[in-house]
Amino acid sequence: MKAKVTVRLKSGVLDPQGRAVQHAAESLGLQGIQEIRLGKVFDIELETTDETEIEKILETLATKILANPVMENYEWEIIQS
Amino acid sequence: MGDYTVMKIGIVVFPGSNCDRDTYESLTQQLGAQAIYLWHKNHDLQDCEAIILPGGFSYGDYLRCGAIAHLAPIMQEVISFAKKGGPVLGICNGFQILTESQLLPGVLLPNAELKFICDQIWVRIENDQTPFTKQIKQGSTLKMPIAHRDGNYFIQAEELKRIEGEGQVVFRYCNQEGQSSEKDNPNGSLNQIAGVCNIKRNVVGLMPHPERACEKLLGSDEGKQLFESLLG
Repeated sequence: MKAKVTVRLKSGVLDPQGRAVQHAAESLGLQGIQEIRLGKVFDIELETTDETEIEKILETLATKILANPVMENYEWEIIQS
Repeated sequence: MGDYTVMKIGIVVFPGSNCDRDTYESLTQQLGAQAIYLWHKNHDLQDCEAIILPGGFSYGDYLRCGAIAHLAPIMQEVISFAKKGGPVLGICNGFQILTESQLLPGVLLPNAELKFICDQIWVRIENDQTPFTKQIKQGSTLKMPIAHRDGNYFIQAEELKRIEGEGQVVFRYCNQEGQSSEKDNPNGSLNQIAGVCNIKRNVVGLMPHPERACEKLLGSDEGKQLFESLLG
């Protein structure tokens, strides 16, 4: 089974990297971009197909390692293979 | 000067630590203290009475600075040592590891200008009730170097208010005269915060490097005061 965890900076947290990307987009001549914020995506492959177990693994993984709750939010989804 | 050999200080070594040796040399040579290295894979603090997490780039700063290191075996022992009231100091990457371990509030984001900053700065002592500042007068300034890319202290607004109210801000970036304003903020840290402590005051973290400011020859020996406070 596959899963995907997405980690995003909470709103209000300064994202200088996103701002730099936005400036680069502007220097490409792209107009109308209001804001770009950087996040992270984790593609995960799991041995088990038991969804309850997967949910438990993903929740622990997201809260203990992948995201820092002080500055980030996370969401995850299970991808049926 | 008191007898600085009385306390055994443990310096934790992670893969990618690079200030462990500076810390060791400053403690043993400049202060005559007793220090040992503690390997990240071990579970034994070897009866150390104080722990220092040194600077560097543990685990290559992968994921987030300090995020992988806080799950290292030795950290379980450091966390329980800290929770029992043992003195713990995190310098630079060590500070990041302490916030990731939730022993200290907040988090260190990339510098506002996205640059690695290597510079001499001044900090003002805001709290002299910690084991690492108890011999430094509140309001006095220390000259120390900084060398980091992720030193931009961030915490949610209501938490910021709380830690300021509780006196958990220990070091604040300032000018040479001790005035702190946005002008003297090297990295975008909220309220010019350079270092904080926990509520119990026994865990302290800061971005500047006191261990690199222990000899006049290196530009400043004012960082020594943190270690003298601990040992004195």
